[in-house]
Amino acid sequence: MTRVFVPRDSGALSMGAEAVARAIAAEAAVRNQAVTLVRNGSRGLYWLEPMVEVETPTGRIAYGPVTPGDVPGLFDAGFLAGKAHPLGHGPTEQIPYLAKQERLTTARVGVIDPVSIPDYERHGGFRGLRNALAMAPAAIVEAVTQSGLRGRGGAAFPTGIKWKTVLGTTADQKYIVCNADEGDSGTFSDRMIMEGDPLVLVEGMIIAGLAVGATAGYIYVRSEYPHAVTALTEAIQAASAGGFLGASVLGSGRRFDLEVRVGAGAYICGEETALLESLEGRRGMVRYKPPLPAIEGLFGKPTVINNVISLASVPIILDRGAAYYRDYGMGRSRGTLPIQLAGNVKYGGLVEKAFGVTVRELLYDYGGGTRSGRPIRAVQIGGPLGAYLPASQFDTPLDYEAFIGISAMVGHGGIVVFDDTVDMAHQARWAMEFCAIESCGKCTPCRIGSIRGVEVLDRIIADEDREANLALVRDLCDTMLAGSLCALGGMTPFPVLSALNHFPEDFGLPAAPLAAAAR
Amino acid sequence: MPPETATAPWTPAVQRALDDHKARPGALLPILHEIQQRVGHVPPEAVPVIAEALNLSRAEVHGVVTFYHDFRDHPAGRHVLKVCLAESCQAVGCDHLLAHAKQRLGVELHGTSADGAVTLEPVYCLGNCALSPALMVDGDVVGRATPEKLDGLLAELRRPA
Repeated sequence: MTRVFVPRDSGALSMGAEAVARAIAAEAAVRNQAVTLVRNGSRGLYWLEPMVEVETPTGRIAYGPVTPGDVPGLFDAGFLAGKAHPLGHGPTEQIPYLAKQERLTTARVGVIDPVSIPDYERHGGFRGLRNALAMAPAAIVEAVTQSGLRGRGGAAFPTGIKWKTVLGTTADQKYIVCNADEGDSGTFSDRMIMEGDPLVLVEGMIIAGLAVGATAGYIYVRSEYPHAVTALTEAIQAASAGGFLGASVLGSGRRFDLEVRVGAGAYICGEETALLESLEGRRGMVRYKPPLPAIEGLFGKPTVINNVISLASVPIILDRGAAYYRDYGMGRSRGTLPIQLAGNVKYGGLVEKAFGVTVRELLYDYGGGTRSGRPIRAVQIGGPLGAYLPASQFDTPLDYEAFIGISAMVGHGGIVVFDDTVDMAHQARWAMEFCAIESCGKCTPCRIGSIRGVEVLDRIIADEDREANLALVRDLCDTMLAGSLCALGGMTPFPVLSALNHFPEDFGLPAAPLAAAAR
Repeated sequence: MPPETATAPWTPAVQRALDDHKARPGALLPILHEIQQRVGHVPPEAVPVIAEALNLSRAEVHGVVTFYHDFRDHPAGRHVLKVCLAESCQAVGCDHLLAHAKQRLGVELHGTSADGAVTLEPVYCLGNCALSPALMVDGDVVGRATPEKLDGLLAELRRPA
């Protein structure tokens, strides 16, 4: 029985993977060939999706991008034995894009059947949980602290410190909440984990529960990710049936229950306190801090709230040890980051690398430049609140502190590539417009400032009293930066100011000497 | 339940959603999702019914329905086409795709084509950014969308049932 892998990842599905899976099953039946279809996650080589893999005695062989029309030809060529075909890429693991990566958190994504417990365990799953069950809560927290793991959602706060606060707070009920409201444009690593290896997130949340004494968890998934919701629901069912969830985790007598909740299309719910409000059944309005969620979080109880990638990185830390994870990376940015290459890029996809890889390596060695074939003019890193970087900053290493040094942020690790047709004044205006659309309305700098920002930028674009309006937009950005309640209003100035500072020529000003020299 | 709402076509769906989720902590979003899934929208007349069942004020329920982009207070067309307008899709020309969709359907954003077949909505990121520009048709994502692909989709969606 030959195992053939056709992804159930929504990116692969968006390119027709479902029809390819059906075509392979039908063709195998007609030819009387024994084939087991496995619906795996995506390897993250999205330009090859739908990428079909065949398991052979010498490893898995990749073919892509496959259309239903290619299927008879693949059978003719003997793809079930891994034979050559124009769509063939040889052994999957040896494709340079994949071979050069350091996949720790995403090691199983695209490899296993996402909701199969036996498959998960065969590939190292639940080893971290088994270790954690033999450890004292404080020792688990210490391991996470020692690993150097910082919040991967964007804020980069040390995960172990957050957990320690919750562990040290006495309460009759504590919660683990997973922030799976991955709304930043250019990011999809949370989605790939949830669709391609949801059990690693389940395992990470159980470990978090053991570490801080929480017996219940919620995964808040954005509604734009229906396939992630399905995969998580199946994974939770499988984990419950296997005794990993429920009244007694693996017979330890310790309870952990897990539930998926679906958002309703509000970017602000990615902000942790707005997310908690939403989980409680209210408008996603940002809360004042303090109190921190670690002290008074969901339903007023101490709550660990972490991003998907943060929680999914915990099992390998508990499995291989804090030092193993910490030995990757640079400076105070330890471990690896699943980076996402997006926008106008030739080879878009997932690149998990240790911190320290430069933007240039990612854009050219992995991304292969633009899809349009034109020069890269700007990249936006870290979502809609991230700065635009000009080519002169492409040698910056992926490192939280190095990015702060250039008034930028790593964020959730999404890189959106723009070619030289981009109008940066238009992008600056968009940043304000997006803030206006998604503002929760609680604080004035964000609610009103974003609207005024759109108006002022419109006047600059129309060349009305440009000098005065440019001064005004900088003043407004200053107010939003200093006076907003959360990162939405507080960081919208990053894309605006970086566009203005690095690409002044798009605002009717003389070109910046540095940027001009670099192009 | 007041008599006029006890007989509305949406009454059983709303009651069922309340029965299914009322006891859960933070039940309002799951309830609204289920109502929208079964009825196609959240009828404004259902707001007092939901409020009473959850011991909330009408204002609180109305506030939640109107806060989230997903919930609608009137029916959509038979299909919903969402065009991603976020940065990654901007980088590969979603503006042109949106203009094309508007022109073909003869509507602006949030509008429904005259034949009642398609409602056009914006969406800010579908997480398919390596395959931008992206669309979503009734929950199915379409990658590397082009005007030609869109025309093919629309022809299918607008075919009389």
